Amino acid sequence: MGKTKPGATRRAVMLGGLAGGLAATIRLEPAQATPERMRAAIRTVVGEASIRKGRVDLEVPPLVENGNTVSLAVSVDSPMTATDYVKAIHVFNEKNPQPNVISVHLGPRAGKAKFSTRFRLADSQIVTAIADMSDGSFWSASADVIVTLAACVEGI
Amino acid sequence: MSRRAPRLGPIIGRVTAVAFVLVAIASAANCADIPLDQRRSGYLDLGRDSKAMQDDDTINPATLWVQDGEALWNQKAGAANRACADCHQDATVSMKGVAARYPAFSVARNGPINLEQRINLCRSEHQQAQPFAYENRELLALTAYVGRQSRGVAIAPPDDDRLAPFVEAGRKLFNRRIGQIDMSCAQCHDDNWGKKLAGSLIPQAQPTGYPIYRLEWQSLGSLQRRLRNCMTGLRAEAYEYGAPENVNLELFLMWRARGLLLETPAVRP
Amino acid sequence: MARPLINVPASVKRGQVFEIKTLISHIMETGFRYTTTGAQIPRDIVTTFSCSYNGEEIFSANLYPAISANPFLTFSTVATESGTLDFKWTGDNGFAESATAKIVVE
Repeated sequence: MGKTKPGATRRAVMLGGLAGGLAATIRLEPAQATPERMRAAIRTVVGEASIRKGRVDLEVPPLVENGNTVSLAVSVDSPMTATDYVKAIHVFNEKNPQPNVISVHLGPRAGKAKFSTRFRLADSQIVTAIADMSDGSFWSASADVIVTLAACVEGI
Repeated sequence: MSRRAPRLGPIIGRVTAVAFVLVAIASAANCADIPLDQRRSGYLDLGRDSKAMQDDDTINPATLWVQDGEALWNQKAGAANRACADCHQDATVSMKGVAARYPAFSVARNGPINLEQRINLCRSEHQQAQPFAYENRELLALTAYVGRQSRGVAIAPPDDDRLAPFVEAGRKLFNRRIGQIDMSCAQCHDDNWGKKLAGSLIPQAQPTGYPIYRLEWQSLGSLQRRLRNCMTGLRAEAYEYGAPENVNLELFLMWRARGLLLETPAVRP
Repeated sequence: MARPLINVPASVKRGQVFEIKTLISHIMETGFRYTTTGAQIPRDIVTTFSCSYNGEEIFSANLYPAISANPFLTFSTVATESGTLDFKWTGDNGFAESATAKIVVE
């Protein structure tokens, strides 16, 4: 009870204006990738087709020394002939700021449906590889990776 | 109304336990050096893929710097318009074993200098060129190229009496507690190597592969950069690049690693 | 800037599947990092890679910020005839890099 001080009203108006101004300049932080985002990113590539487990071998170290550089090797069981080959392999992750890792495009000239690279993992998470076959089918494999952080981090 | 006094028993128990651990660590400090036959390179603790990255020059990212270093070795520079090759000819011959015996005593500086400083001295004195800034890409490339020529050579600090007081200064720094964390290098790397710190394995800190491609940096870097990282990690103010304290520490660390084989350029997490 | 590091076998038999290893120097700045004062460091990554064998594309890839710095990529192809392998990388800020390697097919 008691009357509001004039200063309080003015303060409220100022704070309201400040908040409005700030809202205009604050950028939304990019949403962290989540399992739903990974599923949505996969759907963008696969569409409505069903994804079968198998034929894809995803090799990632189960325990990673440093999330900045993780070895990744993907190979797909396929004869890689002119009529039966892997068109593309897409790799996704669960918890990085972005769900995509890499998409590679192959063909019968590849000989083997196999590639390797090094990628970044922000946290312990699931990595998924999807193979897009010439007959329109999709196959997948996933791996659960544990990521440790360097104990003595530089700077900042 | 009075509140119930907190039960002191568990608190005393916890404080005693922490104090006991701290005392245990403190009393373990200044323990003996690692026995010579128990010393090991951090390479042995690498995961399979990191080992493969180091072992194969065709997939080791450090090779990108070594290649650049070779180009710089042959490139004329400075007012004297001289290349390293003009004096030192074929680095695979003239530089073999050099990185294994640095830091070395410099009469000009009246103290030890590391390989980076030696390269910069050559640049300013013999090429009449501007010395490179520390951690500059060209300096790293040249250090990696020169260091690469000593791969497989045993670390052999020079048997030079003039270096003795500086090795001792380095040893004191290694055993000195620093920073908010108030710990010394020795407490982790002499007394607790092989154990885990926040999920990462504590290495012995033998500088067997510098400059290294550190996965944390995603880049090549020098031993001084790594030392400064550690100091920052202990919440201490790191010595500047080229500071005598850093060079003395490097000198001591190489003395401590004497006999271990050089792996330059190595891969480390 | 460093030359791309390409590794192909010295010679291969016709019909043999061989591995090609590539490694280039690039910071692969993700665009998700911030400076100490809170400013966002803009993205600067390699976005595409392609390899052609005597003019015909045999492999390509789309890279995302999740690829580590100094992008490393290995893949295979079938040895058809002797010739040239052409490698191309493109990325943000007009980044373009290329390399070639000779392949001898017996």
